[in-house]
Amino acid sequence: MRVPSELRYTKTHEWILPDENEAMVGITVHAQEELRDVVYVELPAVGKSVKQGEPAAVVESVKAAFDIYAPISGTVVKVNSALASSPQLVNKDCYGEGWFFAIKPSEPQELNALMTSDQYTELTASETH
Amino acid sequence: MQKTTLHAEHRRLNAKMTDFHGWDMPLYYTSILEEHQAVRATAGIFDISHMGQARLSGEGALETLNELVISDVASVGEGRACYTMFLNEQGGILDDVIIYRLGRQDYLVIINCANRASDVAWMQAHQRGAVEIRDISEGRAILAIQGPIAAQLLEDILAFPVKALGRFDVVAIPSLGSMAWVARTGYTGSDGFEFFVPDAVAHRLWQQVLERGASCGIVPIGLGARDTLRLEAGLRLYGTDMDTTTTPFEADLGWTVAIHKPSFLGKASLVAQNTRGLSRRLVGFELVEGPIPRQGFSLFAQGRQVGAVTSGTFSPTLNKAIGMGYVELPFAPPSTMLQIMIRGKTYPVTVVKMPFWKAEALKHACTK
Repeated sequence: MRVPSELRYTKTHEWILPDENEAMVGITVHAQEELRDVVYVELPAVGKSVKQGEPAAVVESVKAAFDIYAPISGTVVKVNSALASSPQLVNKDCYGEGWFFAIKPSEPQELNALMTSDQYTELTASETH
Repeated sequence: MQKTTLHAEHRRLNAKMTDFHGWDMPLYYTSILEEHQAVRATAGIFDISHMGQARLSGEGALETLNELVISDVASVGEGRACYTMFLNEQGGILDDVIIYRLGRQDYLVIINCANRASDVAWMQAHQRGAVEIRDISEGRAILAIQGPIAAQLLEDILAFPVKALGRFDVVAIPSLGSMAWVARTGYTGSDGFEFFVPDAVAHRLWQQVLERGASCGIVPIGLGARDTLRLEAGLRLYGTDMDTTTTPFEADLGWTVAIHKPSFLGKASLVAQNTRGLSRRLVGFELVEGPIPRQGFSLFAQGRQVGAVTSGTFSPTLNKAIGMGYVELPFAPPSTMLQIMIRGKTYPVTVVKMPFWKAEALKHACTK
């Protein structure tokens, strides 16, 4: 399973690319495999403030809807509008074209509480066993 | 949890499993969308052995069923099948079933898994004459092979003229054993067949269909795609789109009711409802854009709630969100504009005639 080392991870299977202006957020390979058939993504409005650990977006598979939690607090500065017409990008390229939104962090130190790729790999290994 | 005879096969194929009314069943093998598309484009095979098989044989079988179901059983000829329902005295739906007439006084009734014990007890409690009413599900399985190339594939495998069967025909296949039947029925809206067979036959058929069909794209199909397929075809799901609180008229299945039959259980209530008129009815609807409607979501018109969703999904064939729900009668005609409330936001929906999708003329075959 691909877990890029430049990203940080949450227990709820989001990833974030640390950046002081535009920290991109998406879901991990593990999450998109669990969802399997992504058919709809609901994104936050640009300008919305989000809080670490609170729902910021919704992703829907054929079977059910799931919340996507903000990995850190801040303001949404960009959203991936391509997901409106092509939600399957989340399955096809979850670390690239399937990103969800970008946050300008308000509490950059919150990043320290997130998992590294090694820690996240360990978490998913323990969940599947 | 209960397991079908093919449970180990589903595990071996690495299926994602789900608890369906106490049965450990495959939800999908690879992807709901891919499996759905396989059935529409070529064919797929479903293990639906969780459904119950009851047999009524002997004098009184016809009379017993005719008193219990809303359709005219006498008009169902030998070798024919009929989609129908059991009602309670109040006209509420106890189950929807397909009855297959195997002989003059010999019927196979396929019942929903959650109602297996209650349906059999219900029939036994209303027995007429010397008919023997048995749950024959033990040691037996049901396989559905559905999709435009199902007929050709099965003819090749079985050396049996399944193409000669019309829709809702049923016939015994003696080469598969003494209690093996095939019917041209299904729950997908595509052409297809259902096999009611002993476990050992099901294992053989499962392997043969997957081996011989592999080059044509035939794959196993889980309950996830079974749900999207049946929804596109406008087929109701018992326990979700109808139950004891809804009548056949409310479920918009009035065509199944033989209201002129001298008597049947629940008739008085249905006649009364017919005279009184309906206050609500099941409709199909679609969203031009927006999230997926789910069970329980509210439907609005003129600023107030006028109904609720019973089933909803993303339609892979139509590439849009579709659903079914009960609405107040004035809002039931096709083209009526409603709103649906999803996570605090409203989105426009349009009432449409069901089915959402219909198969074209069936002439496809596997050419590989």
